[in-house]
Amino acid sequence: MTDAPLLSVRNLRVTFPTRQGLFQAVRGIDFDLGRERLGVVGESGSGKSMTGRSVLGLIRPPGRVEADRMEFQGQSILNLSERRMRKIRGQRISMVMQDPKFSLNPVMTVGRQITEAYRLHRRVSRADAHAKAIEMLRAVQIRDPERVMDSYPHEVSGGMGQRIMIAMMLAPDPEILIADEPTSALDVSVRNEVLSIMDNLVRDRGMGLIFISHDLNMVAQFCDRVLIMYAGRIVETLPARELHKARHPYTQGLLASLPRLDAPQDRLPVLTRQDSWRDDDLIAPRADTDLPGGL
Amino acid sequence: MTPPMLAIRDLNVWFGEPPDRVDAVKSADISVAQGESFGLVGESGSGKSTILRAVAGLIDSWSGDLQVAGLKVRGARRDRQFFKTVQMVFQDPYASLHPRHSVDAVLSETLHLQGIGNVDQRINKLLDDVGLGRSFRFRYPHQLSGGQRQRVAIARALAAEPRLLLLDEPTSALDVSVQAEILNLLSDLRAEHDLTYLMVTHDLAVVGHMCDRIAVMQHGRLVEELPVADLRRGAAKAEYTRGLIEASGSLGATA
Repeated sequence: MTDAPLLSVRNLRVTFPTRQGLFQAVRGIDFDLGRERLGVVGESGSGKSMTGRSVLGLIRPPGRVEADRMEFQGQSILNLSERRMRKIRGQRISMVMQDPKFSLNPVMTVGRQITEAYRLHRRVSRADAHAKAIEMLRAVQIRDPERVMDSYPHEVSGGMGQRIMIAMMLAPDPEILIADEPTSALDVSVRNEVLSIMDNLVRDRGMGLIFISHDLNMVAQFCDRVLIMYAGRIVETLPARELHKARHPYTQGLLASLPRLDAPQDRLPVLTRQDSWRDDDLIAPRADTDLPGGL
Repeated sequence: MTPPMLAIRDLNVWFGEPPDRVDAVKSADISVAQGESFGLVGESGSGKSTILRAVAGLIDSWSGDLQVAGLKVRGARRDRQFFKTVQMVFQDPYASLHPRHSVDAVLSETLHLQGIGNVDQRINKLLDDVGLGRSFRFRYPHQLSGGQRQRVAIARALAAEPRLLLLDEPTSALDVSVQAEILNLLSDLRAEHDLTYLMVTHDLAVVGHMCDRIAVMQHGRLVEELPVADLRRGAAKAEYTRGLIEASGSLGATA
């Protein structure tokens, strides 16, 4: 397969003016996304969420997004007008947020929210939208979709809420799904279930997935490729299953600081941050050299 | 024989009245020896935090027998002696510190409440103990990172010079690198101050690191109690525990 990347980003910068001058949340990152599961890992403040949001044009002024290139299937989506962005957002690129409690409307039934979102993007009758919503709820393995359609968000559990979000986001068949910490509000047991549902849907539909998370183990298990972000830059790009072979001291430090059941230790190694990580040369091969689909 | 630091017998906790009554904890028995670090594990809604809150006196609808350092406690009222013995650290340092109280105000209020004099020196000592240093004394929570806030919350708990700390998911709101720092701090403090820990978490790797023994909860019941060594060897008996271990993926996760 040699199709062009779904998403191609070069030298992306996100800046916010502050009283102390410009704050650069993302400082010139390059990556391509094919039909793959791409993990973006980093600590809070590393710029991983800002990267996801900038792709969807969700950085609000006075924040600024600049890039040499930000193309979605060959078409530039950098700073599109809100009107044109709306044709893409939700329909062709959509996003699952961290906490279903805050991203579902509390005063609208689940069914109405899914059908409304779907009808925004597809011209279909109310009945068709209803059928589609039921089909999507089945696809995310909700056993009793008719009942769930009539319930309000507070009446469903966190895990079910997140599955509803995924159903809603995947209904218009987007080409790219951006998942920003989709499981960190969930329990371990429910987490794996939600991940595997998302995994199946992404595979079946041949979508590209950007999976933003701070959980190294989970990303290693779930993704194909991982970008490690530190202070607004990608410091390393690795195939997920070779995460333990990471060469950058930051990645190694993150991995070492995790307690492990199979390797007890008295003290956990603590990450000593070095200023050089902010600006030194990057170990990562440039994103365009190991693109899965080829350019 | 010294009594256990915390003895819980036949603890039942419920919320609401019939027909809407929910039994959050059903006849739980836990005994934590002095100086021990005990972990409570389970998914959300399993009742693990509820046990901590009942012990701390934040819930009054419970029955059973609760003893702290050999002294019986009743209802939701706790006397000063209790709070000198038991303190709690909450999950979310972003929510558990008053946004308009400086670190100094938070700590001095606690010290006054405990009737501890020499406030000025004590605050500096506490800040040194939790690795923050004196320069943090007059900061407000919004000027601190998540890890620093959790250190302040730990300093607040230590201000009363307690012997038992109730830790409710103390690191789950933090980054992994910061989590390592806080876990190390808790280990050091336990050694230095001869503390007993009762720690609630959903992360098996964290209890494996911090605790000597753990109890696994499901639907308000304790399904299994086992030494951490057994957990590591994969010698958990209950099927539910084995499922949790598998789901947490922390055994051989780098494969």
